[in-house]
Amino acid sequence: MQKMKLVVIGNGMAGMRVVEELLKISPDLYDITVFGDEPYPNYNRIMLSPVLANEQTIDDIILNTREWYAENNITLHTNARVNKIDRVKRVAIAEDGTTAEYDRLLIATGSKPFMPPIPGKDLEGVLGYRDIKDTNDMIEAAKKYKHAVVIGGGLLGLEAANGLKIQGMDVTVIHRNEWLLEKQLDKAAGLMLQKSLEAKGLKFHLNTNTDTIIGNADGRVSAIRFKEGFEIPADLVVLTVGILPNYALAESAGIHCDKGIVVNDTMQTFDPRVYAVGECVNHRGISYGLVAPLFEMAKVCATHLANFGIGSYKGSVTSTKLKVTGIDLFSAGDFTGGDDTEEIVLHDAVGGVYKKLVIRDDKIIGGVLYGDTADGAWYFQMLRDGKPIHEIRDHLMFGQDSLGNTGHQGQDKAAAMTDEMEVCGCNGVCKGTIVKSIQADGLFTLDDVKKKTKAGSSCGSCTGLVEQILASTLGGGYAPPSTAKSICACTDHNHEEVREEVRKHKYLTIPDAMKGMEWKTPNGCATCRPALNYYLISTWPHEATDDPQSRFINERVHANIQKDGTYSVIPRMYGGVTNPDQLRKIADVADKYKVPMVKLTGGQRIDLLGVKKEDLTNMWADLDMPSGYAYGKSIRTVKTCVGSEFCRFGTQNSTQLGIDIEKAFDHMWAPHKVKFAVSACPRNCAESGIKDVGIIGVDSGWELYVGGNGGIKTEAGQFLCKVKTAEEVLEYSGAFIQIYREEARYLDRTVHWIERVGLEYVKQRVLEDAEGRKAAHERLLYALQGAVDPWAERVAKRDEHKEFETIEI
Amino acid sequence: MAWKEICPLADIPKLGSRVVRTSTKEIGVFRTETDGVFAINNLCPHKKGPLSQGIVFGETVQCPLHNWRISLVSGKAEEPDEGETTCYPTKIENGIVFLEVE
Ligand code: SRM
Ligand SMILES: Cc1cc2nc3c(=O)[nH]c(=O)nc-3n(C[C@H](O)[C@H](O)[C@H](O)COP(=O)(O)OP(=O)(O)OC[C@H]3O[C@@H](n4cnc5c(N)ncnc54)[C@H](O)[C@@H]3O)c2cc1C
Ligand code: SF4
Ligand code: FES
Repeated sequence: MQKMKLVVIGNGMAGMRVVEELLKISPDLYDITVFGDEPYPNYNRIMLSPVLANEQTIDDIILNTREWYAENNITLHTNARVNKIDRVKRVAIAEDGTTAEYDRLLIATGSKPFMPPIPGKDLEGVLGYRDIKDTNDMIEAAKKYKHAVVIGGGLLGLEAANGLKIQGMDVTVIHRNEWLLEKQLDKAAGLMLQKSLEAKGLKFHLNTNTDTIIGNADGRVSAIRFKEGFEIPADLVVLTVGILPNYALAESAGIHCDKGIVVNDTMQTFDPRVYAVGECVNHRGISYGLVAPLFEMAKVCATHLANFGIGSYKGSVTSTKLKVTGIDLFSAGDFTGGDDTEEIVLHDAVGGVYKKLVIRDDKIIGGVLYGDTADGAWYFQMLRDGKPIHEIRDHLMFGQDSLGNTGHQGQDKAAAMTDEMEVCGCNGVCKGTIVKSIQADGLFTLDDVKKKTKAGSSCGSCTGLVEQILASTLGGGYAPPSTAKSICACTDHNHEEVREEVRKHKYLTIPDAMKGMEWKTPNGCATCRPALNYYLISTWPHEATDDPQSRFINERVHANIQKDGTYSVIPRMYGGVTNPDQLRKIADVADKYKVPMVKLTGGQRIDLLGVKKEDLTNMWADLDMPSGYAYGKSIRTVKTCVGSEFCRFGTQNSTQLGIDIEKAFDHMWAPHKVKFAVSACPRNCAESGIKDVGIIGVDSGWELYVGGNGGIKTEAGQFLCKVKTAEEVLEYSGAFIQIYREEARYLDRTVHWIERVGLEYVKQRVLEDAEGRKAAHERLLYALQGAVDPWAERVAKRDEHKEFETIEI
Repeated sequence: MAWKEICPLADIPKLGSRVVRTSTKEIGVFRTETDGVFAINNLCPHKKGPLSQGIVFGETVQCPLHNWRISLVSGKAEEPDEGETTCYPTKIENGIVFLEVE
């Protein structure tokens, strides 16, 4: 079959991102031809500032080499400006006569520096700042001349000024407004920024307007005169007063434009065969000038070019950072506010730190950080997710503190880390490796970094740090993903959407669900299949098919795999209570199967470690004890203290309640593991404060705490309520866990789920809605009805479980 | 090298595997959704994880220990990881799976 033809005009960041996304999802659909009017393959335009500042070279910032185009069978025409599109014959024609026919056309012509109509703007030595050529011209000029003037104190202007200073020039920045970066900063932060830049040797004239650029006899710029009546010498003038979407070509082809190429939410222009992305478009009245939104557009555009017909672009909230080494600045959203907003401000003029968050209706709508931007990505994520903040409002200003995670003690700022410092403790990846990879391999997202360097790909506790490194290396090019992202690359649906579809269409098997939801891969991957399997069985208990091949090995064989391929066996000891009989049995089994280690776990029971897979079934038969589910995303342990039966301080029978809970919720699968603990007084010997459900007996009843976690990031449980009886504990905690089972994303512990929905929501569902609580508890009991012990089942039906046998040949 | 009879195809679950042990080594024999049967050394190139115990999708298995993804066709690890494990030829005749080993 002949392939369709895709022609791309504009070999820049947005256009090529579409091609990359398209190759990922539908590599064989098109013959692709790309026209670019620059002499280079695709490069990382945002890194031109570090090039000017001598931090990188042009070679470092090439994103796709010519070999890459060749390998992917893409015809690349460089130095080829398209000046005509014939929409009737469907062909793009370049100035040099090259033509290419298309079935689909993608216009990604970016934008041009705005050159205001100032007399003298055409003199030699007057430049915009957009591409490699401009950058090289500046570097060359710096070798010969002394005085540089940058007109326009926005992000681009300041990065140009900083670079020219580093190139050795004497640099003055002219700005029309009262303070720098007025689009990104409020006045206080703007003044702080100016001070730091002055300390680096830059000069500023604010509230100043250019009148004329004056030339010398050779036709080169020599000075600038201002409307305010004074003049300064200038051998190089860089105009950075704005950019203009580059849509002349599209307009000349009769495609509807309005200060940009007008596109709909699928990035289609008024001609359905023609798509447009990047700075050249006008989407819902907005033209974006940062890469993060362009990448979102690219993703959507690629799915439509691939004929998947999914995905729509709804616009972006952007954030910015200034890429000037040594200056920390972050801003996002609406930071000026209005009558209906509140502000939280922290201003430490001496320490050089300024933070302002603007809040409306309990949500962050904008913010400015100066001097300490460690939490920029965190605030920005809350902003994009519209997360209610009242519960954390008191702590908001002090940051996420997320880097106090175990194993990362004391490293509280990515910027302050040296290149040799370890970021990912699991995979041994240092900061320098990550920064290098971001620059050299052109990485933009957390996923890219995980894939390329492995940092953050294991326990995930360093993802906060990795995000900071991304943000500080890429500047505004980095947008933290909204947490509502798709489950994995096999689908565009996020967790919530999948749950909803499973419910709505009553999918009962994985193949049906994947077909119905148009999964992009034939049978998913090791990330989405376990999630999907859980969503099916938790939504349709007793009806959906539980697919063993979609479970991680531990849950498939009901034992925990070890580093050498053997397994561990942990039988249940309800409530942590055992007896001589059980202990004798365990001792006998340990002898019989030569178990290399017998260990007391942190969960109040006994672990038999290093068991061969072939021995598991026989061992379970000999043990004749129930599975402890120490391997599952399931109910794990219910830890207890001795309580009122023996302890002089005990107020309640915590041991018995623990046993009752563990029995009542035995065999329960969940989005992640679920741990309980019951203590009989506030001394809390069972550590109820760091459990998914922690229960503390007091004289008048039981206190319930939820969302505690003692793992990767230690979190104290939050007080939910106090009840009188043990029956109520079962009902309230059962309802809580059931709602978590039904609504959390797969691999969310309770703490992560509560973080997202808010404790208020949990209280409303569990405390205020008594009917709802009872119903949820009932649904849990229904789901657990008739559950069998998996070890006993495998012992009884050995023949059906061939996976435990090895074939000898 | 010789063809050895392993087991009926039905004894290997779809998107699953069986472990075959010879006098010298262990081999994972995998079955894909579309009934492709592949055999690779049961040792992950990373830290010798038992690949047969991983989750299978498409023509790939994900190692159960640290999630490397290994191609069942080439035995190679997926980027960014590097490494390779040996593959062995397989065939199905009258519903019986055969494996070619020395
Ligand atoms: C056996 C045990 C350690 C011990 O020798 O005591 C253990 C062993 C493992 N833990 Fe644990 N954890 C054990 C108690 C704990 C505790 C303490 C507790 O439960 O009171 C915690 C902190 C409390 C908590 O979960 O909130 C704990 C937090 C973790 C975490 C981090 C969870 C988190 O949400 O942050 C993981 C990783 C994960 O689950 O993704 C983990 C994972 C693991 C795994 C299963 C790693 C794996 O996937 O292979 C370990 C299996 C080792 C092996 O080779 O068999 N283990 N683990 C404990 C078994 C308890 C039991 O009887 O079931
Ligand atoms: C110095 C500098 C620093 C920046 N820093 C940041 C930052 O920190 N963060 C951030 O988010 N953004 C930053 N940006 C902005 C970012 O680079 C742009 O948003 C992004 O490159 C726009 O992508 P695009 O594909 O729309 O346009 P471009 O990347 O400009 O690509 C358009 C391409 O099309 C070519 N072209 C145009 N017309 C034709 C034609 N008729 N025929 C053939 N080819 C044509 C152009 O020459 C160009 O190569 C920076 C920009 C500059 C210049
Ligand atoms: S037992 Fe737990 S803490 Fe110890 S190495 Fe394994 S996962 Fe880490
Ligand atoms: S042993 Fe296979 S991924 Fe580590």
